[in-house]
Amino acid sequence: MQERPEVDIDKLAMLSRIQLTEAEKEAFSAQLSDILGFFQKLQEVDVEGIRPMAHPFEVEPELREDVAAEPWAAERSLSNAPASRDNQIVVPKVVEDA
Amino acid sequence: MGMDQSAILEASALALAKALHNGDITSREICQAFLDAAEKGDSEVGAFLKLNRETVLKSADASDERRANGSELSPLDGVPVALKDNIAIEGETLSCASKILGEFKSPYTGTVAGRLLSAGMIPFGRLNMDEFAMGSSTENSAFQKTRNPWNTEHAPGGSSGGSAAAVASRFCPWTLGSDTGGSIRQPAAFCGVVGLKPTYGRVSRFGLVAFASSLDQIGPLGRSVEDVATLLDVISGHDPYDSTSYPGDLEPASVQLHMPHEPGTLGVPKEYFGEGIDPEISQHMEKVANAYRDLGYTIKEISLPHTELAVPTYYIIATAEASSNLSRFDGIRYTHRSEKSKDAIDLYYQSRGEGFGPEVKRRVILGSYVLSSGYYDAYYKRAQQVRTLIRNDFLNAFKEVDAILTPTTPTPAFKIGEKTDDPISMYLADIFTISVNLAGLPAVSMPCGLTENRLPVGFQLIGQPFEEGRMLQIAQAYESAHPFKDHPEIASQA
Repeated sequence: MQERPEVDIDKLAMLSRIQLTEAEKEAFSAQLSDILGFFQKLQEVDVEGIRPMAHPFEVEPELREDVAAEPWAAERSLSNAPASRDNQIVVPKVVEDA
Repeated sequence: MGMDQSAILEASALALAKALHNGDITSREICQAFLDAAEKGDSEVGAFLKLNRETVLKSADASDERRANGSELSPLDGVPVALKDNIAIEGETLSCASKILGEFKSPYTGTVAGRLLSAGMIPFGRLNMDEFAMGSSTENSAFQKTRNPWNTEHAPGGSSGGSAAAVASRFCPWTLGSDTGGSIRQPAAFCGVVGLKPTYGRVSRFGLVAFASSLDQIGPLGRSVEDVATLLDVISGHDPYDSTSYPGDLEPASVQLHMPHEPGTLGVPKEYFGEGIDPEISQHMEKVANAYRDLGYTIKEISLPHTELAVPTYYIIATAEASSNLSRFDGIRYTHRSEKSKDAIDLYYQSRGEGFGPEVKRRVILGSYVLSSGYYDAYYKRAQQVRTLIRNDFLNAFKEVDAILTPTTPTPAFKIGEKTDDPISMYLADIFTISVNLAGLPAVSMPCGLTENRLPVGFQLIGQPFEEGRMLQIAQAYESAHPFKDHPEIASQA
């Protein structure tokens, strides 16, 4: 039987900035614990001295020429914004009252 | 000389291009035939999220006008192509089948779609998918289920389920999907079409909504190797807007396909034929191996010893990258915004809680776990190290073989609803396809027959890095000897 790691679902929801319902919390806790148990297989592998691989082919990134380009008009960038005014995105108040 | 509707629907994309060139047909006639087929049949299949007749016909008329003036943009000018709803075209939806994007309209055209438009091809609607390409059945779409055209009780596979089902149903001659862990090849196998995942870096990811950036590639689905090679060549090439795109020159796959070549050696990894493989799949694989022997190929047993680690390695890396990539969907700038939030921080929680479906939430949370302080080395870093071992398995194997032959999937298409409550069992549906993404290799799924219940079976050829041309020569050798001629009934009614 593989070890089933404990899952602190409230902390993970906080790190992920996702509101979960009580039902989701219960279901995900059990499923994540199963999945993490399934991941334990990797703990048995000898990885001493093996280089971690971030990308399949390590190509030296080529930089583009530093040429000025026409930026998008504000209306284009804001075309999908849920709330905007005077070419700016409207958000709830972020400064606390003194 | 015209073509009737069924001749148009059955023609390869290249045959349609030729008919356009010869003046036998117009783009409007082609598009009308496919629009009629999709409008009639898609209520049963559910491949399309959006398909607008007027928009398609307007583009078709513009193409016909170019041809009439002798100013066609390429030999493919006027041929329709449908795109998965995570590939950006300016003014079209880019929902990724997620409520958090909903009616989001792309403000720009990505590189791949730009190449299609520059070739004069006709964008033919938006295809359903698992939300943010996370899934293996297209059941995770927030908007609709797509059904397997061979049997509508079964799933079409995923995440590019709409892309595969549309081709199999003859709603479009070819389509584009994206493949992060098998999302082109697995649905191609389930639906009986050809599906190609290119080498990482061959095709630009600029304009593909990111799921797991070190694994994602856009690729073509079609009904023949030659069509798929041709569409690959249209979308391939270096892109200054994607720093991971390969900067060198590559031989076009469709050119290489026609060059003389000898049969070679195919490796069959013994780890791919263990427990859990459906007996009918094994029987088909034996037939395919024998077919290659008859064609003069040598079949050699090989070992890819780290195969059993691929699924956990993949789900650590993919979820880690996803949790970072999906942080941009925040309820602030361009996504769904919750009406219920108490303050600015709560707006993130509520908008994402309402906007994401269960599988996306599960994966983002899992990604947060494996990247979180105290677990990073044990999970993420270790998975990256095992990824190196998995890639080395393939590079070693390629010292003795030209390509690797495997089943695409362990079973034929499963039923809708069969795996939705069991994420691990769903993840294991990708067991033969995900190593390829971890290693960054090209691979193609080829249809090779039907089960007794008339569900398609696919085999997979895995090629060497950037050797799509060679891999497709091998695929075409099989296709020429054993063409896949069966039809789903939905398509025969058209």
